[in-house]
Amino acid sequence: MAQNKPLIGKLLLVTLAMFGFGFALVPLYDVFCDITGINGKTAAVAATGDNAIVDTSREITIEFLARPNKDMPWVFKPEVHSMKVHPGEIHIMNYLAENPTGRMIVGQAVPSVSPGQAALYFNKIECFCFSQQQLAGGKDMLMPLQFYVDPALPAQFNTITLNYTLYDVTQAWAAQQPQQDNIGE
Amino acid sequence: MSVVITEPNDHEQHDHEHEHHDHKPAGIKRWLYTTNHKDIGTMYLVFALIMFFIGGAMAMVIRLELFQPGMQFVEPHFFNQMTTVHGLIMVFGAVMPAFTGLANWMIPMMIGAPDMALPRMNNWSFWILPFAFLILLLSLFMPGGGPSFGWTFYAPLSTTYSGDSTALFVFSVHIMGISSIMGAINVIVTIWNMRAPGMTWMKMPLFVWTWFITAFLLIMVMPVLAGVVTMVLTDKYFGTSFFDAAGGGDPVLFQHIFWFFGHPEVYIMILPAFGIVSAIIPTFARKRLFGYASMVYATASIAILSFLVWAHHMFTTGMPVFATLFFMYATMLIAVPTGVKVFNWVATMWRGAMTFEVPMMFALAFIVLFTIGGFSGLMLAITPADFQYHDTYFVVAHFHYVLVTGAIFSIVAAVYYWLPKWTGNMYDETLGQWHFWCSLISVNMLFFPMHFVGLAGMPRRIPDYALQFADFNAFISIGGFLFGLSQLIFVWVLIKCARGGVKATDQVWEGAEGLEWEVPSPAPYHTFETPPVIK
Repeated sequence: MAQNKPLIGKLLLVTLAMFGFGFALVPLYDVFCDITGINGKTAAVAATGDNAIVDTSREITIEFLARPNKDMPWVFKPEVHSMKVHPGEIHIMNYLAENPTGRMIVGQAVPSVSPGQAALYFNKIECFCFSQQQLAGGKDMLMPLQFYVDPALPAQFNTITLNYTLYDVTQAWAAQQPQQDNIGE
Repeated sequence: MSVVITEPNDHEQHDHEHEHHDHKPAGIKRWLYTTNHKDIGTMYLVFALIMFFIGGAMAMVIRLELFQPGMQFVEPHFFNQMTTVHGLIMVFGAVMPAFTGLANWMIPMMIGAPDMALPRMNNWSFWILPFAFLILLLSLFMPGGGPSFGWTFYAPLSTTYSGDSTALFVFSVHIMGISSIMGAINVIVTIWNMRAPGMTWMKMPLFVWTWFITAFLLIMVMPVLAGVVTMVLTDKYFGTSFFDAAGGGDPVLFQHIFWFFGHPEVYIMILPAFGIVSAIIPTFARKRLFGYASMVYATASIAILSFLVWAHHMFTTGMPVFATLFFMYATMLIAVPTGVKVFNWVATMWRGAMTFEVPMMFALAFIVLFTIGGFSGLMLAITPADFQYHDTYFVVAHFHYVLVTGAIFSIVAAVYYWLPKWTGNMYDETLGQWHFWCSLISVNMLFFPMHFVGLAGMPRRIPDYALQFADFNAFISIGGFLFGLSQLIFVWVLIKCARGGVKATDQVWEGAEGLEWEVPSPAPYHTFETPPVIK
């Protein structure tokens, strides 16, 4: 029946569009989370921090958590577990990384801020998580994080927890060795 | 948009041809090559019944292991495979094909069409299905076992921690999806283009309406399921990182995409049930359905709302308060159109001249027990309460009330209701009543106590449990075995009815109205070659 064809065509189009929509949800989700900051993902690019005004009337506790992923043999920990900061103040925090194995390993740290809504106000000027970190076997190093808390942080937040999970990305790094670039930037 | 199917001067020639046309190929070829909607409907229904027993056997393994605390019969890994494949088979192999089978049998007869609009595609959409489930079932025998990550296949369980059977799982879900999409397109085109003259939209039986809306849900969400299983496949084997945080992905994203499919999916499994109950209640109450138009609008609103509530499955993932509030209220809103439906069914029975044959009994049990499942759903929708209920047996109780005493009971009611039309014989009423009462009592023994163990904190999908749940679980398991055995009565009734019995009249039921009751019983191989006149 000829009149079926246009309808079938439209229905197939809907089907294809919805298949595409499933994949479109991936970037949409990232954009949505970037705008709202609700999944605790911090910005993957550096903030400048130039024009931040220090608000000495407030004190925010920052807690630092760091853990290697289960496949990652590095020792990975922050120098201190928490510090008190004033919003707008720039601070440096060092993380210790140690590679106890005999081979070179490339690590990538993925940050997550809790509570998620505070992620938008936690700004990093410099971070080891912006790029992949190489460490030869048996070596250790200090990895710096320079950050400040946006003074616009809503009043209900007085503690921010920053968690880093460190992943072993040596294989992926080796695969793209010729055009080695920093995926975090 | 209604279209006349046959040109007037073709009629005689067609009718003449038909006397010879009824000869169909004998044996297996009839079933392999058939494009007849009744044959295909029968195959779907038989397939669903077989799958129901295979999935049921897995449920028996689960209940056997949970009969006592401690590990008795199966390894935890095998237990997980049983819960996973039980869920997949019941959802995609039993409930959905059964509804598609009913659609194939009944929709053309209800709207006065000679067949489905796309008969060859219809043959395809059925025949790829057995292969999908063969692949899924064979994967259980692979080294490392079959899928064991739950039917929801959350990442990273299905990506990082799964065995190689995942590839077969993904492939079989793709085939099931293609089959469902083809079936849904067929239903939409049939209803849109092949209604008999005079069968206007608002004259269509509610079973047709609910299936029409269900078919739209299917073509909108099955592709999303196909997408998400594809992402799981590429994450696992081709180095993508959709759900892997190490590569910049997010495992929570999996849950969003999955439940964007998954929530409309649960309405796919219940909207046709609403249509069935809306057909049965008026017949046995001998009254017209109360509030036909509101039933249609309620079905459409449930379908639209189903796209806006998916994250109520994810309250414990740490969403912002605003989002949990939105999804909580949107979920509760669904109770309004659902309440309209329950009200209309009760109002239809009000002061009706009711009789209580087996289809009516199952339909009545549906109304009561589905409503219980709806209420526990409302409890789960309350965000703060959900933190207690999440991933406990309370959830298991909830979705088995809506799927077993909801969807499955409606399918069984439909089979009893239309069986005399299909076979030309009345089923054995006594045996049918036995089937009903055994099922009713055992299903409540099986699922009702799960509410209590769930509230007390027993987690789902775990092969062992704390000692204080022992008595309840033994009771639940006995209910489970009885429910499984009760379904053997159903098979007995079906075989007995197919082989003979009291001849059914054309109308079958005293209060039955609609085109399907105007054709002879059993329904001839070809019906409505000439479109009927609808007053």
